[in-house]
This record gives sequence, C-alpha cells and structure tokens, in this order.
Amino acid sequence: MTPFTIPDFLPAASEMFTLGMICVVLLAYVFFDKNNRGITYFLAQLTLMGAAVICILLYDHANEITFNGSFIIDQGSLLLKIFILISTVFVLMYSRVYIKERNIPHGEFYLLVLFSVFGMQVLVSAYSFLTLYLGLELLSLPLYAMIALRSDQASCQEAAMKYFIMGAIASGLLLYGLSMIYGACQSLDLQTVAAMMNLSLQSQSLMLVLGLVLVSAGALFKLGVAPFHLWVPDVYEGSPNAMALFIATAPKLAGFALLLRLLAGAMPALFSHWQSLLIAVAVLSMAVGNIIAIVQDNIKRMLAYSSIANMGYMLLGLIAGTSRGYGSALFYIIIYVIMSLGAFGVITMLSQKGFEVEKIDDFKGLNARNPWLALMMLLIMFSMAGVPPSAGFFAKVGVLESLVKVHMVWLPALALVFAIIGAYYYLRVVKVMYFDEPMEKAPIFVSSFDTQLAISVNGLAVFFLGLFPTGLIELCQKAFLA
Amino acid sequence: MISLTDYLIVGAILFGLSLAGLVINRKNLIIVLMSIELMLLAVNMNFIAFSSFLQDSAGQVFVFFILTVAAAETAIGLAILIVLYRLKQSIHISELNTLKG
Repeated sequence: MTPFTIPDFLPAASEMFTLGMICVVLLAYVFFDKNNRGITYFLAQLTLMGAAVICILLYDHANEITFNGSFIIDQGSLLLKIFILISTVFVLMYSRVYIKERNIPHGEFYLLVLFSVFGMQVLVSAYSFLTLYLGLELLSLPLYAMIALRSDQASCQEAAMKYFIMGAIASGLLLYGLSMIYGACQSLDLQTVAAMMNLSLQSQSLMLVLGLVLVSAGALFKLGVAPFHLWVPDVYEGSPNAMALFIATAPKLAGFALLLRLLAGAMPALFSHWQSLLIAVAVLSMAVGNIIAIVQDNIKRMLAYSSIANMGYMLLGLIAGTSRGYGSALFYIIIYVIMSLGAFGVITMLSQKGFEVEKIDDFKGLNARNPWLALMMLLIMFSMAGVPPSAGFFAKVGVLESLVKVHMVWLPALALVFAIIGAYYYLRVVKVMYFDEPMEKAPIFVSSFDTQLAISVNGLAVFFLGLFPTGLIELCQKAFLA
Repeated sequence: MISLTDYLIVGAILFGLSLAGLVINRKNLIIVLMSIELMLLAVNMNFIAFSSFLQDSAGQVFVFFILTVAAAETAIGLAILIVLYRLKQSIHISELNTLKG
C-alpha cells in the first residue's frame, strides 16, 4: 500500500471556487430569491467572474499535474477555461430578461448553467479517462435538464429528449472505446496511455484502432460534426433561445478540449489513423453545413448548420497535427464562440415578451428599427463569412495556413470553396436587415442597460480582434509550444 | 477456464443488442432508455473483464463511477419523459415530429 498523501489543491482552485459558490447560490436562491430580485443572478455572475480571475492568476502555475496524475493545468486548458467562463458571463447577461419575461424558473436555470460550467472546467483540465468522462457527463446532464425547463412547450421537451438520447448514445460509444484502450494500454492515465500505445501498437493494433474509432465517434457526436450532426439543428430550433445561446457557445470549447485531449493527448501514436478519419469528417461537415444552411429559413437552424460547418473548419487545425495547427484550431474555436455568442445574443434580445425570433424574416428591416443592434449583427455576420478585416477571417487563415505548412494543399482549397458558398447565407441576413422593408415599423428598444453593453462589447470584440488579432493568436500558439 | 476473449464477446454482444434496440425500435421511448442502460452495462462488462485480467483495480473504480452516472442520466431521461407525456399524452417515438430532423 502506498501511503495516502494529500494532493496539491491549488491547480483545481477555480473548480473548487465554482463548486463552493454553487452551494452558496443554491442556498441564496432557496432562502432569499424566490421572487427573482436578482440576488441569484448577481451571485452566479460573481462566481463566473471570480473563477475567471482565479484562472488568470493561475497562469504562472501552468503545467502542474495533481490528484495522482488525473488533473492538469496547462496554458491551453487555462485559456479555454477563461473563455468558457467569460462567454458564460455574457450568456447570463443576454438571457436574464428573457428568463424573467417567460417565467422560466430562474434559480434552476442559473444553477444548471453553473453546474455545466463546473463540468466543463473539469473536462478541460482532465488528465485521465476517468476525469474526462466525469467532466463530460457533468457538462451534458445539466444541458438536457436546462432545455426541458420550459415545461409548457412540447417542442422544448422534444428537443430535450432528442438531445438526451443522442448524448447518451455518444457517451456509450465513447466509454466502449475507452474500455478498449484501457484493455490495450492497461492504464486510464492519459500520459501512460500515450507512452504505452507505442508498445502495444504491434500486438494489439486491432483493439486500439477500434477503440480510436469509437472514442472519436463519441467525441465528434458531442461536438456535433457531420455525419453525427443530426441532433444539432433540432436541438437549436427546439430549445428556448436563451438555452440555445448557451448550448451553442461554451460547450463547443469544452468539446474541443475533449477531442484534443483524446486524440492529440492520448493517441499521438495513432496519428495517421485519426488524421484520415478527421479529414473525411471535416470535408463532410463543411459540405453538409454550408450547403444545407442555404435553404434554411429559420435563423436558429441556419446557425446550427453554420456551427456544423465551423466545427469542420476547426478540425482542419487538428488534421495538420502540428503545435501550430492545434494553436490555430484553438484560436478558431475561441473566435467562433465569440461570434456565435453575439449572433444568438441578438436573437435572444430581439425575442420580446410573447414573441420568439425564429425566422430570418424576423430580421427584416432591423436597421430601421434598431440601427445599433443591426450594426452589431452585421459585424458578426461579416466575421462569420470571413470577410477580410474581421476576426473570422484571421481564424480561417490560421487553420488553412497550418495545413499548407504540412503540404496539404487540396484540403485548404476545398475549404475555401465551401467558405465562399457559406458567405451567401451569412450575407443574406445582412441583406434582410438593411435592404428589406420591416414588417412592423415600431422601433425595438432594449430595455436593460447591461444587455445593451454586453452586445456592444461582443460585437466590437469581433471587430477589434479582427484589427489586432496578434495578441490572442500568440497566446493560443504559445499554449501548445511547451 | 473462461478466457478474456469470452468476456469481451459477451460485452460486444450486449453492446450490439443495445445498438439494435436503439435502431430497430420505432415505438417506445422507455425501450430507448433501457437500451442506453444496456449499452453502459456492456461497457462495464468490458472494464471489469480487463481489470480482472490485468490485475489493475482502476477499471473497477471506473465501473462504479459509470454506474453512478448512469443512474443520474436515467433519472434525467425519465424526468423529461414524464413532462413529455403530460404534454403529448403519449411516449411514441413517431410522435416526436414537431422538429424536422
């Protein structure tokens, strides 16, 4: 028996802070805030910002492993955590009024968001299969419950059920793959697995490849990449706007971390196998996402297909397989999350009491009704389309360049063709906002100051990250150099 | 002596059964939940077999966690199912059709 030693808790400081504050939020909600006077909201925001500050402070302690090798903080995971927390701060700002106007139980919503964020943090920092799996489940289970919170609408329940079934199948596949890898490598530790894989590759290659395929199928399911994408449009469309806003943003960052840890972290020995697998998946999702998005008239479905396409672009960075490629994929996913946050933020803000923004036609003449919101949506759509001085442009250039560096030229060329097809449906939203006659003339007022501020910061962030992208790109690249 | 392969075959059969249950079944959502549970049990079978033959207890610890998470997962699934039944008065899969996919 090895004697029990107390592990170093410092690397997990932000997780422990989040968990502790979740208990505080729960008690505050039950005892003081049944009438939604904003205490729960305030405490939830405090939790997220506090955890983000802790992550920033921990940046000097990067590359520490604790809890018997099952938990790691490196620069990449800290960066992802910071962006997960900040994007959730914005999610809560956008959705506060939405939740209040629709009588959705607010305390439950904030708590589920916090639990899910807690799961994401664990997942991002996981360094063994066990923590990886627990983080993943802790992230997904609150999401299913969250969609079902609106108990008077059958479409929400249907979306929740579909998401639940798909998510459960995905974790089943993932676990079955993990059991194969465990059998072949005799360890659950990511580091040990990576080291053992070279040894066992000769004797047990079939089991390993089977494990790899199942594991990546599970992870890609969670990320919503074609051909595992069928749940994405349904869940986005069926969920209430505030929940769709959350599902479309922070979990993508966590899903990226999951894929990176599993493929690049645990299975670098099988690179040639998972590279060809990811090439097929990336091409398929760019094609499916960009082409099917054209025919959508529901803006949430359109953004769902756009997310499928964008995940395909992100995979290009992983396909390159270099630290530069991983860095640009990280940059891509961060920029994508900021853009998606803004787009869904506008949708949530435009949904007034008793009226849900669903169709692209609901954006008709937005410029005449609220010019500032229209301008923010314009910036975000331009950036998603990849128009030059925008953040989305540099994100795309980054992943494509990393592929060219490893002498794969046909794939970036194909990706560019799909990007041009994709530009059509983003620019259509701009056209509808600026050149179509509004159906109602009445101007739209955004009642609360903080949402107004949030969308302005968000839209301008897309703009300024396009003008000065170097700082963030360097942070992302440095995360994988160590 | 039962070999490791035999255990793995049982696990694979269970996994296959659960996948078949998910794909073939077009009627009842409860069966979907049961299939999901069976899938996780197949995984547990694998983990325990490996853990026993490799003389490594980590796999069995993993199984305990999977069991716990599976219970939580089913609880959420059943909760959603109940709300769905209240709204639709049925739990047929074919009635999950308001969304296009």
